[in-house]
Amino acid sequence: MDTIYVDNNATTRVAPEVLEEMLPYFGELYGNPSSMHAFGGNVGYKIKEARAKVASLIGATPEEIVFTSCGTESDSTAIRAALQSYPDKKHVVTTRVEHPAIKNLGELLSKNGYRVTFVPVDSRGTLDLDYLYNSLSEDTAVVSIMWANNESGMIFPIEEISREIKQRGIVFHTDAVQAVGKIPVDVDKTGVDMLSLSGHKIHSPKGIGVLYVRKGTKFSPFMIGGHQEDGRRGGTENVASIIGFGKAAELAAHRLTEYMVKVKKLRDKLEDEILARVPNVMINGDKDNRLPNTTSISFEYVEGESILLMMDQLGICASSGSACTSGSLEPSHVLRAMGVPFTAAHGSIRFSLSTYNTEEEIDFIIEKLPPIIERLRELSPFWQETAVAK
Amino acid sequence: MWEYTDKVKDHFLNPRNVGVIKDADGVGEVGSLACGDALKLTFKLDENQNIVDAKFQTFGCASAIASSSALTEMLKGLSLKEAEKITNDDIAKYLGDLPKEKMHCSVMGRDALQEAISSYRGETEKKIEGEIVCECFGVTDRQIEQVVKENQLTTIEDVTDYIKAGGGCGNCHEKIQEIIDLALGRERPVKKEPLKLTNIQKIKLVEETLEREIKPALKQDGGDIELIDVDGNTVLVKLRGTCATCTASEVTLKHYVEKKLQELVTPELRVEEA
Repeated sequence: MDTIYVDNNATTRVAPEVLEEMLPYFGELYGNPSSMHAFGGNVGYKIKEARAKVASLIGATPEEIVFTSCGTESDSTAIRAALQSYPDKKHVVTTRVEHPAIKNLGELLSKNGYRVTFVPVDSRGTLDLDYLYNSLSEDTAVVSIMWANNESGMIFPIEEISREIKQRGIVFHTDAVQAVGKIPVDVDKTGVDMLSLSGHKIHSPKGIGVLYVRKGTKFSPFMIGGHQEDGRRGGTENVASIIGFGKAAELAAHRLTEYMVKVKKLRDKLEDEILARVPNVMINGDKDNRLPNTTSISFEYVEGESILLMMDQLGICASSGSACTSGSLEPSHVLRAMGVPFTAAHGSIRFSLSTYNTEEEIDFIIEKLPPIIERLRELSPFWQETAVAK
Repeated sequence: MWEYTDKVKDHFLNPRNVGVIKDADGVGEVGSLACGDALKLTFKLDENQNIVDAKFQTFGCASAIASSSALTEMLKGLSLKEAEKITNDDIAKYLGDLPKEKMHCSVMGRDALQEAISSYRGETEKKIEGEIVCECFGVTDRQIEQVVKENQLTTIEDVTDYIKAGGGCGNCHEKIQEIIDLALGRERPVKKEPLKLTNIQKIKLVEETLEREIKPALKQDGGDIELIDVDGNTVLVKLRGTCATCTASEVTLKHYVEKKLQELVTPELRVEEA
């Protein structure tokens, strides 16, 4: 059975080109980039190259790139750096639909003497900008707004928000983990102060992230240690992964158009066909303002985990915002923030594509999914009632 | 990914006895769309009150569907009396066990069965027993007590896994803990060395217990309590807020405050109002 991987917002396959680039650094080229000898120094040179490639992907300069262990570390570092730089300010602004890396940090801060504003979204997943701007005050230390949402794929107007925040002299951070590589992301054009990236979402390995820190931004390190990353992140570099990230960044820049055209076309086909073939289905979020690879679809009267496991039998890998898949008892905070009724949220499935997906794979899903939904609905007491009521 | 047993997977992928028995003798419906799972169970009896057929419809995750399917298989051929004795644990065991976080699926099966039996006996009136404790998932104190006793649950997390209570806003956690303590007749797992407390230790412990255990409970009803003095084994307190004017304050003092302090500090303590 072939694996049909349409869960790329969760993680992506390591591109073969990336793996190839990394392998020597697991083997014979094991030098420490900080060493004085050429054996180590040459590794340092490769890291420099990788740093330049990542910088180029987002329109930054190499000195503004700090390698971390993951997107979550980048997020934590950014927020804590801002708070430490402005110790008198006790207010943090973020959204209700952030990734747990920011959401749970915000909740923790709110228990530790900070005031945290969680800006709401409407039913289309659009951010309430007036609410955001009205919440700002002299006391606001940092605003952190994700560039694109991992579940709904919704894109937030980062350029406009950044302008407003910067006018008020407040530090602005964005979690761009889901946006980079899928849509154009330019730190120069948007003027953000800090931006988080994750390697494994753009076809490099897990365990490597980046925090972009604009030149001149007040900063203090989260990981205290040696002089690595210009003193902004202690700890010997994850050499092979950094080099892999560099290669992945280069590929992402080349493949951006492919994402925005080919991947979008496949996503649209998948979505349109499912809508045409399965009754009582809805798309979560604003269709016109989404990542080109993501669709969140709710199947009424069935539960997401059941759908996932049935698809899993056929090798189709996706994810769900249902309660049962998370181990908690309530559906995803993103869908709830959007006011998606519980009845639909429980049956939500997220498909997230990549450039590696083919039309044949999409056709396979289109063929196999409707009977799964039908079968599960036959089991459901609510579907019968609805059918009878009609 | 959940670690489901092969039996769970089998009953999920090949569910037995799906449907509704038209002229059923017993019908049990539990859960809702909003809760994320629901089960409709129907059964048919023969003249000797043996279950000859059972069918289900389930909205829910794999383990909910598997639990329902398993239940219908278990029921067939049983007398009503035997069926009545089926517990959620029996359902889980039949399936070779369920992940801890999914035990509520087996409880849903048991609940539907109880309701179906009640409906057969014409006892549909007493559907909700007890008082709602968890408002998020509409779970009553009686339901929590039953599941705690049947499964020897010891923590709030256990209760959430088995019956969902406490899995939402979390406001009912204290109440759930009380039910667990009461049901198991056990003392709180607090270090208890009642002998040999110095005076200072005793006063500190009394203070701590008041702050941690007693005040939050009283505050829920708008009351409060203040420590005035500790004289030997006599604790002098003053009740405040609604407690001060409450006619039952003597009961609160003796049956709650004193009992708690005896349990958590030292059994010799007496509580008096200053």
